[in-house]
Amino acid sequence: MILAQTTGVEGSSPILNISIFAAFVVITLTIVITVSKKATSGAKDFYTAGGGFTGPQNGIAISGDYLSAASFLGIAGAIALYGYDGFLYSIGFLVAWLVALLLVAELLRNTGRYTMGDVLAFRMRQRPVRAAAATSTLAVSFFYLLAQMAGAGGLVALLLDIKSKTGQSIVIAIVGALMIAYVLIGGMRGTTWVQIIKAVLLIAGAGIMTVWVLTLFGFSLSAVMGGAVERAGATGEKLLSPGAQYGKSGLTKLDFVSLGLALVLGTAGLPHILMRFYTVPTAKEARRSVVWAIWLIGLFYLFTLVLGYGAGALVGPDAIKKAPGAANSAAPLLAYELGGTVLLGLIAAVAFATILAVVAGLTITASASFAHDIYINVIKRGQVQDEQHTEVKIARRTAVVIGLVAIAGGILANGQNIAFLVALAFAVAASANLPTILYSLFWKRFNTQGALWSIYGGLGITLILIIFSPVVSGKPVDAATGKSPSMLQGVDFHWFPLDNPGLISIPLSFLLGYLGTVLSKERADEGKYAEMEVRSLTGAGVEKAVDH
Amino acid sequence: MSTTESPQGSGPPSGERTNAPDWATVQASPEFQRLRSRLRTFVFPLTGAFLAWYLLYVLLASYAPSFMAIKLFGNINVGLVFGLLQFVSTFAITTWYVRFADKKFDPAATAIREQIEGDGK
Repeated sequence: MILAQTTGVEGSSPILNISIFAAFVVITLTIVITVSKKATSGAKDFYTAGGGFTGPQNGIAISGDYLSAASFLGIAGAIALYGYDGFLYSIGFLVAWLVALLLVAELLRNTGRYTMGDVLAFRMRQRPVRAAAATSTLAVSFFYLLAQMAGAGGLVALLLDIKSKTGQSIVIAIVGALMIAYVLIGGMRGTTWVQIIKAVLLIAGAGIMTVWVLTLFGFSLSAVMGGAVERAGATGEKLLSPGAQYGKSGLTKLDFVSLGLALVLGTAGLPHILMRFYTVPTAKEARRSVVWAIWLIGLFYLFTLVLGYGAGALVGPDAIKKAPGAANSAAPLLAYELGGTVLLGLIAAVAFATILAVVAGLTITASASFAHDIYINVIKRGQVQDEQHTEVKIARRTAVVIGLVAIAGGILANGQNIAFLVALAFAVAASANLPTILYSLFWKRFNTQGALWSIYGGLGITLILIIFSPVVSGKPVDAATGKSPSMLQGVDFHWFPLDNPGLISIPLSFLLGYLGTVLSKERADEGKYAEMEVRSLTGAGVEKAVDH
Repeated sequence: MSTTESPQGSGPPSGERTNAPDWATVQASPEFQRLRSRLRTFVFPLTGAFLAWYLLYVLLASYAPSFMAIKLFGNINVGLVFGLLQFVSTFAITTWYVRFADKKFDPAATAIREQIEGDGK
């Protein structure tokens, strides 16, 4: 397998991969430029495309925003290598959408305009709560963005056969530059179309491969799984039931429960997902968005189940482990096994498109939060001349800064073991954001101090627990690789035993939001609560969409 | 407790359709109270139920792997069926909620909104 080490994924044609990806960029940029001509210059258009998307369009875009390269390559690879345990992830990622559907999406659409801060600060003292909401938004977006950008480096090594660090850095910079271009030219309108195109390509690609795999096994999932078991040899049976990855000890079991909690409660607190609900005109369309997203995301995860076991059966765990990128190469290798160089090229391009669409969504969310919450409402106290113009100008500049930071961070983090950043983003969203959103919407007494305690408390606790957890330092050295799976090598300052902080940080954040409220002398603003409740449930006073 | 007249009060007489409604009055109205309790009695228990169902699944996968490994037919075991049932329940709850919202919630919410905005069809 020395060959595989020196040529990227076996059978990969870098020139073909780059050509297909370049075609994707050209087509999407053309579309972004075309749709941006329809745009007006105001903040509403830049942040939310004027609220003019339909529910189905937004639902497809949401799945494009949500299904990152980690869920495509990562989950398929985890199922190929660890079997059932990889499947556990996808269930948490899917069930989580019910929280968004039942409790958050519609009420949020009716009360806010652009950002999560709009809802959290609705009936609170504006400046402190908006500053807190923006801090948490920027933190979650940054962790997520860094994970995606660093992942882009690994993906390049895998698919384009670029092994030098300099070459990978250049590609990370290109991804960042494209992302900035999409956001600056197209705003939310352009970003949404990129996400829609990517979602269609990703789900269609996975669907075709799934049917292909099933055809080879007589349309029997049982036969696909049997193939994977047989190929894996003596330990094959373990692929069928839970425990291969998380069943090692009492701690790893608890860790899995902790992860499961963060996954299921984190989605409805991810700022870039919340912001998508503002791109539709009404709560009913927000509801339809989530329904479309649930069906598409559910379907996609069912595909990854077949693809994962299919890669196990057709490619085999040994070949996957030895390929560059290990687990992440399972889906590309399966594509090659099925459809040769061309299908591999298509899947590689889809994986890139995936990263691009997700980072563009994160960038516009973070820049909106900075411009709208921090600049306009905290720094300028809402007193700005020509607010619309200024706000968009600040948001565009922020997007450039965030893009540059993401490029620098991605280059620095390239090759580091920072896969935990996505789990961290979910943990912060579930701890800092979700309790505050739910209290704001449903608990009359909730007040400014409560909101600040749950946001800053949730963020702080999650960060502290992660820093002093085994993912950062202190995991024993793996005999096979000679390295510790922790991020830092050769030091050990961990005292928190779990990789995932959710089990502790989520309940504590709910508790802090409660304590902050009842221990404060501040009385909740009943008039504002009446307005918020009536508006959130009835949609009264919602601005009309500018464009259909 | 009538909500039909949003206060047009002392402001300029015409052209000003956006006078702030009296939210507290609307909130206290029986129509709105019914709407709120209808939503809450639907979504709160359902949220509790699906979270419990999901946690049951996570706990079984973590702490009862041998139960999950019992084969039912072919290579399909209890764990896989449990996992697929999470998909089924998610799709079913989604469909159920949309039906509730379209038939039982939206008409009442729309009626109150039109009263507030004063532009009934």
